Amino acid sequence: MNKFTLPLIGFVALMALFGAGLGLNPREVPSPLIGKPAPQFKVAQLHDPDASFSPTEMAGKVWVLNVWASWCVSCREEHPLVMEYAKRPDAVPVIGLNHKDKRDDALRWLMRFGDPYLLSAYDDEGRVGIEYGVYGVPETYVIDKTGVIRYKQIGLITSKDLETKIIPLVKELNS
Amino acid sequence: MKLLAAAFVALALCQSLGAKEATPMAEDPVVEKRLNAISEELRCLVCQNESLAGSRAELAQDLRREVRELIKSGKSDKEIKDFLVARYGDFVLYRPPVKSSTLLLWAGPFLLLILGLYALFRFLKGRVGETTPRVLTEEEKKRAEALLKEGQS
Repeated sequence: MNKFTLPLIGFVALMALFGAGLGLNPREVPSPLIGKPAPQFKVAQLHDPDASFSPTEMAGKVWVLNVWASWCVSCREEHPLVMEYAKRPDAVPVIGLNHKDKRDDALRWLMRFGDPYLLSAYDDEGRVGIEYGVYGVPETYVIDKTGVIRYKQIGLITSKDLETKIIPLVKELNS
Repeated sequence: MKLLAAAFVALALCQSLGAKEATPMAEDPVVEKRLNAISEELRCLVCQNESLAGSRAELAQDLRREVRELIKSGKSDKEIKDFLVARYGDFVLYRPPVKSSTLLLWAGPFLLLILGLYALFRFLKGRVGETTPRVLTEEEKKRAEALLKEGQS
């Protein structure tokens, strides 16, 4: 064995470790909320400040909570996909959570890019966001019939995520 | 002279106003001190290399507001940390608890130290043979003596 063999093996192993580390997404922090009941809240709706929304209203249904904001660039990127999903015949209700936004800006945003949401809850102070551990808008949660969070997506949904994770999970939860 | 005095008063006023503006959060120094101590230990999830105390990210400001309210409602430091861990996971703690998923994190440096010491030990042991002085053979001694004599003459 050459005296350079061991350091070389060590070096290659270290590079492999760094290479694998580079491929990871540091924003993908495993959420402790998966498998736990969705936190309760009651806030005003975006379109109607007098009407409120609470997750208890969705009991018995599989539904999707999509956190969005008009100031969020990735939300705009994600938006066509949410629109597309909402039009599917097998789609479950998508509730929007408008996060730390101005009501006028948010409404204008929906007018301009379309409104895929059954309704949007208005979280102007970001308190609901904190309850759900939101730290990078957009975020998306799949909640089952008993009100348990089954999936959390941090950052925008890609069509691959939708096809391979969200749609099969929704189907499974609905059966 | 009066004008000068007035100018001084105006200056002092400005300064005191400025000082007030710089610390709008310091309502209750005791609460703020605890808030700082707690949030130094917590990670801001938006700028992951910053503590919650030091980050200017909007989420950090909201979380500081939340922690401040929890302090005011009489929660202990542990309860406040648990509140954040329940929402954001162990990742928010700069000192995560020792459990199976964090064992490598805690033990890793010591494992590497042991590995390094072992490698050093092996390396030094290997060198012992190389560095012990070589004993000259009879023939070599004679040659050396001959060379030395040559030099003297």
